[in-house]
Amino acid sequence: MNAPAAKPFVEFDRVQKSYDGETLVVKDLNLQMPKGEFLTMLGPSGSGKTTCLMMLAGFETATHGEIKLDGKPINNIPPHKRGIGMVFQNYALFPHMTVAENLAFPLDVRGEPKSDREARVRMALDMVQMGAFGARRPAQLSGGQRQRVALARALVFEPELVLMDEPLGALDKQLREHMQFEIKHLHERLGITVVYVTHDQTEALTMSDRVAVFNDGRIQQLAPPDELYERPQNSFVAGFIGENNRLEGTVEAIEADKAVVRLKSGEIIDATPVNVTQVGQDTLVSIRPERVEFKPEYFDPGAHTIEAEVLEFIYMGDSFRTRMRVAGHDDFVMKCRNMLGQQRLEPGRKLQISWHPQDARALDPM
Amino acid sequence: MTDAVAAAAPTTRATDGRLTTADGKPLKAALARAQARNKRRAFFLVVPLLLFVVVTFLVPIGQMLSMSVNNSAFYSWKDRDTGDTIPLMVDLRGWFNENEPGTEPDEAAYAALAAGLAHARDIKAIGQIGTRINYEVSGTRSLFTGTSRKAERMEPPYKEAILDADEEWADPEIWAAMRSASKAFTLDFYLAALDRTRDADGNIVKVDEERAVYILLFQRTFVLSALITLMTLILGFPIAHLLATLPLRHSNLLMILVLLPFWTSLLVRTTSWIVLLQSQGVVNDLWVASGLIDDGNRLQMIYNRTGTIIAMTHILLPFMVLPLYSVMRPIDPSYVRAARSLGATSWTAFRRVYLPQTVPGIGAGGLLVFILAVGYYITPALVGGSSGQLISNLIAFHMQKSLNWSLAAALASLLLGAVLLLYWLYDRLVGIDNLKLG
Repeated sequence: MNAPAAKPFVEFDRVQKSYDGETLVVKDLNLQMPKGEFLTMLGPSGSGKTTCLMMLAGFETATHGEIKLDGKPINNIPPHKRGIGMVFQNYALFPHMTVAENLAFPLDVRGEPKSDREARVRMALDMVQMGAFGARRPAQLSGGQRQRVALARALVFEPELVLMDEPLGALDKQLREHMQFEIKHLHERLGITVVYVTHDQTEALTMSDRVAVFNDGRIQQLAPPDELYERPQNSFVAGFIGENNRLEGTVEAIEADKAVVRLKSGEIIDATPVNVTQVGQDTLVSIRPERVEFKPEYFDPGAHTIEAEVLEFIYMGDSFRTRMRVAGHDDFVMKCRNMLGQQRLEPGRKLQISWHPQDARALDPM
Repeated sequence: MTDAVAAAAPTTRATDGRLTTADGKPLKAALARAQARNKRRAFFLVVPLLLFVVVTFLVPIGQMLSMSVNNSAFYSWKDRDTGDTIPLMVDLRGWFNENEPGTEPDEAAYAALAAGLAHARDIKAIGQIGTRINYEVSGTRSLFTGTSRKAERMEPPYKEAILDADEEWADPEIWAAMRSASKAFTLDFYLAALDRTRDADGNIVKVDEERAVYILLFQRTFVLSALITLMTLILGFPIAHLLATLPLRHSNLLMILVLLPFWTSLLVRTTSWIVLLQSQGVVNDLWVASGLIDDGNRLQMIYNRTGTIIAMTHILLPFMVLPLYSVMRPIDPSYVRAARSLGATSWTAFRRVYLPQTVPGIGAGGLLVFILAVGYYITPALVGGSSGQLISNLIAFHMQKSLNWSLAAALASLLLGAVLLLYWLYDRLVGIDNLKLG
């Protein structure tokens, strides 16, 4: 799934979009998706991800560039002929129809015979465990049930591509997590291609084959979740995905897979060079809180250590968060698993911390 | 642990299973007492409105309904000076009660008539009596006043004496009219409002072809109102949709344009249609100038049904646009998008997804415009000519010109009944709680 297949199923080719002729909402978007992939567009609001989805669905036209579906340009095909299923943020279930009528709608407008229709509606409802609710109106359903019906309606006419626009945004946390797995399993079972838009990074990491991180109208990084989290390509991605500690400095020495960075406050740390190539460059080093170590026996031999002062200890149940002052920053966080015999650091204590050079990434300065 | 829960619970269950407050009073009573003060205060706030509605709406409607069955002109006379009510035509009414409708009036009947006429003349009530019978048999007012002058000096046999005074008294129609007028309350005005009358034998029959106007006018009123409602819907729907979908700064301006007619006097708007549509008016001039029609064939667009339709459609348009707008505004564009993505053409998406969601607005706007149109008076009076008159113009005629208030009240009551019937139908078909006015 990592590299795009020879013949992409969905393709954005140098797509640009402007609403007012003055600013570009989407800048030079290039994206290729193989068949069967679950791709998530992740980004803050206003980053252009929803616009991309709307262009793919046909509700917005690209100002420049070409969008191809299965090798054919679809710029001039109206939405109803694209055969793309779509799940909307507010579900958009037709309030004047029953659940079964909602599901029958796409089959009906395609002129399917009535007998086939009923069987397929029943199958689709059973697929989302809503078989008993066919006669209800959307207003009589709970949020999670509506979500399932919307999903079933987008799938009932067997589209090969399904778009989802923040479909779980209105659900509470527990239900959202449950639905994430259900959607993921449906995707695997049906082999459909899914483009999923969200601003929730956990959702993106949990569900996707690949995640495209959007910011400022561009894809900042397009990678599988683990790569995105562990090897962010720039400071925006590092900051947007997961928690991270940032330390500013300049490159003191550089090798192929190791850079020595002198922080503004004078300390020296090790890092992996990502966006830096030469000595003297400004850089921002990013370290995940759970990769910071304070027990000397776990330190990487030969790695630099740095002094830290504990400011606050927060008990979080499954883990401990320790906020400390490092190199003049008050918001450096270390996260340790709550395991038997784990040490609780009391505020005021000074100690040495360190990390594996692979886990500290020297990125572009913000 | 159990104790803590029991102490914390604000309510407990009494032995009979009803909820009580912590100190053992019934919960329902406590709630009613707690809310009583607020309810009282809320009631005092609506008292002025309640009184206003009773005085200006319910009382007049009640008066109208009682007026429509009031038949007292032949029955009693109210003395203006003393305020006493004096019964009229007592003997004649007694004769009508004793004899079947259609009985040939005998000497006793004529004697009673002579006595009644003399008495009525004596107390100056003869004009009222004559007017009442004149409603039903036209041209009889002078018959009553003329004969009553001689009635005092009449000698038996009264039949000859009265027929001597005027041969017309032999007309059975007059006797039928007097019989129908001889009861204090009657539904005969409703018969008249439906172009029906009673023949000499008391059977309900249609009135003569040339006098039958009311059913025709009711029909015309309802057909024209339906047509005007349809026109406002056709014209108003796209405007309302535009208003609901435009960005706010543009839609505000458009909304002002829609509301502009409300800020102009009804009379000004109506007369400006006269200026525009008359045969030497702006529209005709433009058509002649552009060569669409020649000068000799200027179109007659005002003082007829066309004028009524155009002017009323314009005036009632906002009443259609506003309810539609209030229904369309909250319809999320994602519904139509969803329909499109599910494979519907834009027309199918409109017809099967958007339109059904605007039904409450169409219903509210339609009902509002239709009911306003059914009772519209000024515009048809000014631009309707004779073919564009509606039933309300005839009601006004009976109120102001013919002074047959009972008939006017009967016509108005029928109109009210028709509108209530419409409400009922709407409630059955669409549901009144589906109505959305704003």
